[in-house]
Amino acid sequence: MGAITSSGAPRQAPIADIAAMVAREARRTLRSVDGLVSAFAIPVAIMLVFVVVFGGAIETDGQYIDYVVPGILVLCLGFGSASTATSVAQDMTSGTIDRFKTLPIFGASVLYGHVIASVLRNLAACIPVLGVALLLGFRPHADLAGWVFAIVFATLIIVAFTWLSCVAGLVLSVDAANSITFIFLFLPYVSSGFVGTDTMPVWLQGFANAQPFTPVIETLRDLLGGVAPGAELWQACAWLVGILVASVIGSMLLYRRTVAK
Amino acid sequence: MPTPVIEVSGLTKSYGSHHVLKGVSFEVPPGQIFAMLGPNGAGKTTTISILTTLLRPDSGTVRVADTDVLAEPKQTRGSISLTGQFASVDAFQTGRENLAMMCRLAHLSRRQAVQRSAELLDQFGLTDAANRRVAQYSGGMRRRLDLAISLIAKPPVVFLDEPTTGLDPRSRVQLWSVVRDLAAEGTTIVLTTQYLDEADQLADRIAVLDDGAIVAEGTTAELKSRISGQHVEFTFDDARSFELARSLTTPSSENAELFMLSLAAPAPMREIQSMLALATENGFAVSDVSIVKPTLDDVFLALTEQSPLELVTAWAPSPALAPPDRRRSPI
Repeated sequence: MGAITSSGAPRQAPIADIAAMVAREARRTLRSVDGLVSAFAIPVAIMLVFVVVFGGAIETDGQYIDYVVPGILVLCLGFGSASTATSVAQDMTSGTIDRFKTLPIFGASVLYGHVIASVLRNLAACIPVLGVALLLGFRPHADLAGWVFAIVFATLIIVAFTWLSCVAGLVLSVDAANSITFIFLFLPYVSSGFVGTDTMPVWLQGFANAQPFTPVIETLRDLLGGVAPGAELWQACAWLVGILVASVIGSMLLYRRTVAK
Repeated sequence: MPTPVIEVSGLTKSYGSHHVLKGVSFEVPPGQIFAMLGPNGAGKTTTISILTTLLRPDSGTVRVADTDVLAEPKQTRGSISLTGQFASVDAFQTGRENLAMMCRLAHLSRRQAVQRSAELLDQFGLTDAANRRVAQYSGGMRRRLDLAISLIAKPPVVFLDEPTTGLDPRSRVQLWSVVRDLAAEGTTIVLTTQYLDEADQLADRIAVLDDGAIVAEGTTAELKSRISGQHVEFTFDDARSFELARSLTTPSSENAELFMLSLAAPAPMREIQSMLALATENGFAVSDVSIVKPTLDDVFLALTEQSPLELVTAWAPSPALAPPDRRRSPI
């Protein structure tokens, strides 16, 4: 047993540390009814509501389903990423963060674990949503390159929103962290995700066109529709990278300073 | 005295104008159980947080296990473990999974992780529950798992922040015996507690913390000797007996309604013998006798000069078997 007695400078094993944290998060999702419902069932339900219930009443050029699916996907990615805020807040309140911080492990492994698990969870959640969409008549025109770009872009969306959620989880109580889900659930409605912004009241159009969900959804719509995205790609990337950088810096500072609530 | 494992000197910590720690200093020799005792808000958890690298003090020096905690926290983390006020185990994982995950984070190989988890489950009586999710564990089982996790890497110094808060009496006693075994194997233990009996039961040395400063430090016996010593309490049959006894002795306190006299008694049996002799000579009757030893409650009251009412509000009710009042040995 001499080999495992701790002494001196600890050995660093960042990949193993992060892998352990990802496995932990995967169990958290897969083992709670709550986690499974919010990760997989709610996105499909939103899909059904918009296509089956509202779809008939909303007029667009061509198929509404082709228009709305990218919006629903982005909404689901945001909603799914936001659940990380609750998990991080739970770790903060339960004292788990203190335990992790006093281990000789690689820095903020627990946060990297949350982010990687979120990427896996949310990409997986897209599969049933897309499956149901295809059954309902969604016909994407993307070629292979388009799909690859779409997946890379979706990953960027998840990473940026999840880091933002980490910041929220580090500063907010569990209940408050839970409520940021609603921001991600409602902001997409005030974008071009579900109806064109030109159908909105003029005073709302300014906000809808300026907020990040509009260029993000437009970019994904172009990628899945087999159209090369235009200026909105750069707007979307600027927003997402900006959110990502600010949130990573914020999370690192908060993680270092914060002791359990 | 051997070189201390923990050396803390002049710790201060303030949040704005609120001074949480006002110069805390102490030393702990290897293999001892050191208890920090005090009410909520005394600065116990703040001190533990500083010693375990979670918080930086405004001033002071801290050495733990030959490392400078403030200058080389990573080195310190290799030699300590912290079990906080909350059982920090994941409810959604089984006991075995919680342990295995923490073994991996302690950089054991997969094979070692399986082996060490099994050892600890066995040591803490959790083998039968190993494959159940922690959500189904009782509070005592969670604490035991939490403590098992903190011992994975066999750290030479273990910090326990209020380890038995919220536990039922049986689980407390179990946890105490685990802590004693650890110390017997040479682990140095620092624990905080609000429960006087817990400090009394476990600790080699006790520091009484009040309002951010150590107001007393020593062994249980040393602390108890700082206040008035043992007493013998006599109860008499009636007013006549009570008055007679009172006129023949020098009681330190009395209660005329209950016919009780209390006498300071360094040698209580001699005091009892002479009282019985007096009773026979003068024809009065003693109906009850008890020896009253000072408890840490008395010490704490004396040291912090809190009124009993403040004590009631500042101290959580003790879930211990023993009632929090003075310990009596019936004769």
